[in-house]
Amino acid sequence: MGKARSEDPLFGRIVYWWRVLRDTTAFRVSTGIARRVTGRPLVIAIPYLWLIFFFVIPFIIVLKISFAESRIAMPPYSPLWEWVTTSTMQIKLTMSNFGFLFEDALYKNAYLSSVRIAFISTLFCLLIGYPMAYGMARSKPSTRNILLLLIVLPFWTSFLLRVYAWIGLLKNNGVINNILLSLGIIKEPIVMMQTDFAVYLGIVYSYLPFMILPLYSTLEKMDITLLEAAADLGCRPIKAFLKITLPLSIPGIVAGCMLVFIPAVGEYVIPALLGGPDTLMIGRVLWDEFFANRDWPVASAVAIAMLLLLVIPIMLFQYFQGREMRAHR
Amino acid sequence: MIGKRSVFILTALVLGFAFLYIPIISMVVFSFNYSKLVTVWDAYNSPTLKWYFSMFANEQLLDSAKLSIEIAAMNATGAVVLGTVAGLVLARFGHFRGRTLLSGMTSAPLVMPEVITGLSLLLLFVTMESLFGWPAGRGMTTITIAHMTFSMAYVTVIVQSRLATFDESLEEAAMDLGAHPTKVFFVITLPIILPAILSGWLLSFTLSWDDLVISSFVSGPGATTLPMLIFSKVKLGVNPEINALATVLVAIVSVGVIFAALWMRRQEKIRDRDVQMAIAANQ
Repeated sequence: MGKARSEDPLFGRIVYWWRVLRDTTAFRVSTGIARRVTGRPLVIAIPYLWLIFFFVIPFIIVLKISFAESRIAMPPYSPLWEWVTTSTMQIKLTMSNFGFLFEDALYKNAYLSSVRIAFISTLFCLLIGYPMAYGMARSKPSTRNILLLLIVLPFWTSFLLRVYAWIGLLKNNGVINNILLSLGIIKEPIVMMQTDFAVYLGIVYSYLPFMILPLYSTLEKMDITLLEAAADLGCRPIKAFLKITLPLSIPGIVAGCMLVFIPAVGEYVIPALLGGPDTLMIGRVLWDEFFANRDWPVASAVAIAMLLLLVIPIMLFQYFQGREMRAHR
Repeated sequence: MIGKRSVFILTALVLGFAFLYIPIISMVVFSFNYSKLVTVWDAYNSPTLKWYFSMFANEQLLDSAKLSIEIAAMNATGAVVLGTVAGLVLARFGHFRGRTLLSGMTSAPLVMPEVITGLSLLLLFVTMESLFGWPAGRGMTTITIAHMTFSMAYVTVIVQSRLATFDESLEEAAMDLGAHPTKVFFVITLPIILPAILSGWLLSFTLSWDDLVISSFVSGPGATTLPMLIFSKVKLGVNPEINALATVLVAIVSVGVIFAALWMRRQEKIRDRDVQMAIAANQ
């Protein structure tokens, strides 16, 4: 079959020209493999188009709908442009959704309290995670692998169930109160569920592995001889830590803090399960605006405002992420 | 001085790991409790497997678990294909126009708050439906597409950093010997990044299996994933069946992760031995 076809003059000619074309264009450039790949633009296009379509365009739609008016219909928002007659298009943009965010103190308080809760939780994650990552990086390689496994293990089990586990510990007739009561340390159960304390605890608990892993990977790569040199020159361990270890671990600190802070600002599950009705967080406000009030335009405006708030942290994260990737090379 | 410091580090490690594991352990222990109150230990009737039996008889729970597994498997497979291509492009294709945008688009979903991703994808699906009539309604397909979009970001990072750790010389050599780039990819590159692809698949599976927020936004009537079901139950308080379910999941994950770690250690040992032998043979 194949033989017959290659003898076919037309087919043979096509193959010949295809080879000429291939050899003179893509394959002649010898620097880097990539340049020799014939379908290069095609390969690049696959992830590119997917992300443009399912990541970038959705944000443009959110932006568009945040300028629309809410109405009772499906979809529950007004169109931005309408053909009034066949030749005139009417464009209606409303800033009222954003105005709403500024007028109603609920939104401002929700943003402020989200940032506060996320910031304090990130700080606690760092304070708990740094010594742990440091201890792991300085332990024997065999112990190190086991400890790393123990950090990763909760990460693979369900996030939702790990948050749920705290309800059993924290509620009034929960494990902690029962133990303290039976030991006679307290007379009345301490109210811990549905408080801000529970939300802080939940966030620190859930995001701790995200802090430890980048810290660990920078601390582990660190050149120990630097510390030895410092010690030989009479530097005290505390000073050596502050002058050498800490500055060198800054990329890990930034990556860890961003991995905790950014998702924590928009957190919904933790305040919904552990927080009280007065625990305001912006993720929860967006959720309620969307699911309870069915006000899509206001929910979109909340999302856009949240994005504006997070643009700087996200770009900081990307900058360090990019640097890390380049450093690998 | 050294002693004092290592005592501090040791305390931090012990307390830190206790903090990470006490909630999980208490959840597992109380799954064997007879009492419906969950956290009040009924010493007379416990331990019992009662809640395990009632969990496996709960059809709603089993149905949603099945749906979640299907979505997670499809998502993981799709995300691995897209993420591997993206990782390859970023690690090996040098500079091209729009590279910065691509790398930005692959790392942004890693930190994007879930409520924003969920809302934006839902609005996309609604707009698409009104423009092209597809997807008609929301459910399994829309959840899978949404999950693939954020899972592929994780796969990209894993594959890209794996590719960064070995240099291009093997691939270059194969190409200099006349191998077609496609062949080079399947014969040389793919086997090297296979561990990364495997862990990317597993991670994507877990991310999808675990996701509540994005699924809730892009799901439609009739498509209730396991996290959505758990969430609706858990909002009403503790539930012994959920403890039993959590225990089963923790057991599966622990066994899986431990086996994977052992396997990887064995592979590493084999590789080390091969390297030793190669050095010995060359001497």
